[in-house]
Amino acid sequence: MKKLLILGAGTGGTIMANKLRPVLDPLEWDITIVDQEEVHYYQPGFLFIPFGIYNRNDVIKPKRDFLPAGVNVEMSGIEVIEPEKSRVKLDNGKTLEYDYLIISTGSKIHPEETPGMLEGGWRQNIFDFYTIDGAVSLANFLKYWEGGRMVLNIVEMPIKCPVAPLEFVFLADWWFTEQGMRDKVEIFFVTPLPGAFTKPLAAKFLGNFLEKKNIRLVPDFSIERVDPDKQKIISYDEQEIEYDLLVPIPTNMGDEVIARSGMGDELNFIPTDKHTLQSKNYENIFVIGDATDLPSSKAGSVAHFESEVLFENILRAIDKRPLLPKFDGHANCFIESGFGKGILIDFNYDVEPLPGKFPLPGIGPFSLLEETKMNHWGKMMFRWMYWNLLLKGAELPIEAQMNMAGKRRVA
Amino acid sequence: MPVKDFNGKQVQVDDEGYLVNQADWDEELAKAIAKEEGIEELTEAHWKVIHFMRKEYQEKGTAPSIRRLKNTGGIPVKELYNLFPGGPAKKAAKIAGLPKPQGCV
Ligand SMILES: Cc1cc2nc3c(=O)[nH]c(=O)nc-3n(C[C@H](O)[C@H](O)[C@H](O)COP(=O)(O)OP(=O)(O)OC[C@H]3O[C@@H](n4cnc5c(N)ncnc54)[C@H](O)[C@@H]3O)c2cc1C
Repeated sequence: MKKLLILGAGTGGTIMANKLRPVLDPLEWDITIVDQEEVHYYQPGFLFIPFGIYNRNDVIKPKRDFLPAGVNVEMSGIEVIEPEKSRVKLDNGKTLEYDYLIISTGSKIHPEETPGMLEGGWRQNIFDFYTIDGAVSLANFLKYWEGGRMVLNIVEMPIKCPVAPLEFVFLADWWFTEQGMRDKVEIFFVTPLPGAFTKPLAAKFLGNFLEKKNIRLVPDFSIERVDPDKQKIISYDEQEIEYDLLVPIPTNMGDEVIARSGMGDELNFIPTDKHTLQSKNYENIFVIGDATDLPSSKAGSVAHFESEVLFENILRAIDKRPLLPKFDGHANCFIESGFGKGILIDFNYDVEPLPGKFPLPGIGPFSLLEETKMNHWGKMMFRWMYWNLLLKGAELPIEAQMNMAGKRRVA
Repeated sequence: MPVKDFNGKQVQVDDEGYLVNQADWDEELAKAIAKEEGIEELTEAHWKVIHFMRKEYQEKGTAPSIRRLKNTGGIPVKELYNLFPGGPAKKAAKIAGLPKPQGCV
């Protein structure tokens, strides 16, 4: 029997298991997927929890419900990957050998990377919303908060879902307005980037939104430490910002197992070919989703687009055919902007987000780089799509590669 | 592509002033770019960063991040900010003649 091993049954790993099981002959190929947790979290839903729109139950389902029959499931931590020996050791004592390995161990936050963040204020008046526990405790805090200065701080790039921090402040503006206390809250958006977003057109467009919503943008701020006693954040070049409520997006890193296996960069992300998704160092290893070091967004939509290219390339590798360099960095992100509206951006490695209609050129129903009610429904519909289509590896009505049709070049 | 004159030397730069042809770079050019960036004199500490960045770029094809400068280059982040005020990764890359570090998306 030949063996295909998938590490991580989150977005990317689950999609790959669902795509590959039906096409790899069960008499020839054994497929195993490993994860340490029984629960699958719909991470995009974490954004809505602090504002009481979703609760814990709205974003969790059993992982096994989404894994196809005929795939062996190992519920265990992964101790170490030994790429030279093509085998993986699990915490439960088992050693799994493989012919091909797909790594989809994702990324997670590391608040301990910022001195002071975990000292005193953590989950008192410092909350993340990138974990379920953070999002739920922030919801409890906000319920009783009487106002003051709320500072959202992106600690360093890259982070998964780079638009989520913007969505958070947009929703906060809406929510505080609904609570009748917007005048009691100052909102700061503090980022190491030179603007609201990385790509110029979108940065300008989204920057205007911050201004319109009376959210103060502080760019070029690289945090060195938190002073939880004086309630301020301090940058490397000694700018200081006081807060009453701090919502940081802590440093995002790949899983420690990548570091333990000596396979990652400084942030435990795995050097990966940006077009074929093959590991740069090992021919029989492929990487998908947040675990890669690709200069693309880390998002569920990206993992989905990657999955189509990876699917083809795994089959080609098995058939000893050259890999196709077809992944173009395509990302597609709905940005919830508050008051029942949303913005949509669609871009890749080379083309920044442009205005236009999506997915049908000239028709939509979604509008690119524009705020509409329809885009908000797109965002809310994404959860249904995620559970029912995306994870199952179904074809979506969107091409893996970005399409210029429907987009307008802006001079 | 804009062409820029540094002390009589004509070099191609991109829209943000990063060198287009790595081969144009030499230490004299680095000094001239540094002046434009508001750094009057490149000290030994500056050169340590610049040379480390160039070496990394040659080996890996990308300019090192601040985190890598700290972990592998042994240069404390605070010092980087003192040496290259207002954005060490970008400024040092520009002076080292490297393309703009890939900010992430
Ligand atoms: C607040 C927030 C909002 C977001 N919003 C959006 C959005 O609107 N749209 C969008 O497209 N994306 C969004 N995302 C991003 C999206 O959720 C991720 O990019 C996506 O889930 C990445 O998939 P993945 O397979 O790479 O990793 P994950 O889905 O995180 O899966 C990784 C899996 O690996 C397992 N694992 C890791 N290490 C080990 C180990 N050592 N042993 C055993 N198991 C291990 C984990 O348990 C996990 O199940 C958002 C994320 C957050 C946090």
